[in-house]
Amino acid sequence: MFRNQYDTDVTTWSPAGRLFQVEYAMEAMKQGSAAIGLRSKTHVVLGCVNKANSELSSHQKKIFKVDDHIGLAIAGLTADGRVLSRYMRNECINYNFTYESPLPVGRLVVQLADKAQVCTQRSWKRPYGVGLLVAGLDESGAHLYYNCPSGNYFEYQAFAIGSRSQAAKTYLERRFENFTDSSRDDLVKDAITAIRETLQGETLKSSICTIAVVGVGEPFHILDQGTVQQIIDTFEIAAEQEGPAAEPDAATGRDTAAEQGTAADQGGSTDEGVAPMDI
Amino acid sequence: MNFMASKQPENSLLGPEADSQRTLYPYVTGTSVVALKYKDGILMAADMGGSYGSTLRYKSVERMKSIGKHSLLGASGEISDFQEILRYLDELILYDNMWDDGNSLGPKEVHNYLTRVMYNRRNKFNPLWNSLVLGGVKNGQKYLGTVSMIGVNFEDNHVATGFGNHLARPILRQEWHENLSYEDGVRLLEKCMRVLLYRDRSAINKLQIAKITEEGTTISRPYSLKTYWEFSAFANPAQGAVGTW
Repeated sequence: MFRNQYDTDVTTWSPAGRLFQVEYAMEAMKQGSAAIGLRSKTHVVLGCVNKANSELSSHQKKIFKVDDHIGLAIAGLTADGRVLSRYMRNECINYNFTYESPLPVGRLVVQLADKAQVCTQRSWKRPYGVGLLVAGLDESGAHLYYNCPSGNYFEYQAFAIGSRSQAAKTYLERRFENFTDSSRDDLVKDAITAIRETLQGETLKSSICTIAVVGVGEPFHILDQGTVQQIIDTFEIAAEQEGPAAEPDAATGRDTAAEQGTAADQGGSTDEGVAPMDI
Repeated sequence: MNFMASKQPENSLLGPEADSQRTLYPYVTGTSVVALKYKDGILMAADMGGSYGSTLRYKSVERMKSIGKHSLLGASGEISDFQEILRYLDELILYDNMWDDGNSLGPKEVHNYLTRVMYNRRNKFNPLWNSLVLGGVKNGQKYLGTVSMIGVNFEDNHVATGFGNHLARPILRQEWHENLSYEDGVRLLEKCMRVLLYRDRSAINKLQIAKITEEGTTISRPYSLKTYWEFSAFANPAQGAVGTW
């Protein structure tokens, strides 16, 4: 098809006015495992599904702290994500050193977007193959931004990226109007529930998901596994008590999987066909 | 072999740059700036003199300027360096405004930026020959700080530069208190400025008082203080003095 003629380098337009290399980069991001973010007026919660290459290896790091008031979750090429988070940490430190004040998230996100845009307009570069959900606080409150490889950025109330993120997005779309006034704990519960949506039948355990929170008076930090497992347990129990009717997309395997709990290690092997460098 | 007359001694550590590019001494200078926190914000006073050595040459120099929406900068020392600093800050505020995103640099940020600038210049042996006072209010928080030409910086409830440190600060330490009213603050500043006028030979009797609050900055028009020169100690300074003083 025509697509193959115009997709060799990023500085070639297609006749339809598209940059295929940039779109392929977005594709790489969609192959990565899911990351979700949601915010209230005072808090932002990030969550992601952690996959490990094998049972022997550790889980890929997908959530990075950038500063006390900013953190991010990535989907796509982890190496690109690592490099970008190093850039962001650098910017925050430099700003803090000069002005003794935290760098406003909005400005960092724009700098990041401009950096990504450069890679869509140089023939010797390639776009970053990673989507970022940037969570942060500034003078005007809590913010969640989505930065994509194309150099665009958007602000969201709640969003999900990566593979099977549509399931999470659907869940978030139903609930987002309540998020602004949600308490911190409800927000975390919603995040975990959204992650569960992307797992689609797989058992939700704290070993395969990571949650991070930032809020007014609460510096960005990743919740430890024990805390996350406790929260998972509380609403798995609640789900059982309410009965299967309460969960709209209760697949038949759902409740039995919850009862099994941490029994079987169903974690790492479900995602076939993922290229080794992707997560 | 270079036979041109070079001002650099052989054992200079300064490298190939010519000495004439560095600031060695100030030429046109302003004297003290005094400032204090009061109930609604910051009050700052400075006279309008620009001395050329011992000559009181320029008498309408505005040594206090407002910076952005939230800050007020007062400077003593080399006037041309103060103007240079104003240009740096102008650019800083311009870029800050261009973001147009609801965030703005407050007095704390400006103060720290200036500290970095002053300290870095001092490290290059090419200082901006000023002592700066930076005051402001943002989101109800009052801020008052100072930076010197060598990068020494701190915040306090009342600050002063130059002679003000020796003559005004002691008065302020005795008489300043939290939540001064505007009138009391002005009275206190005028008391300090009067002492400086009597005792600092580079002070002139034409000053401005500036106030900055959450609403904004106002710099008064120039006016002069009432002075009294008929103290008997002034008429006959040496009477009762022991020795040569």
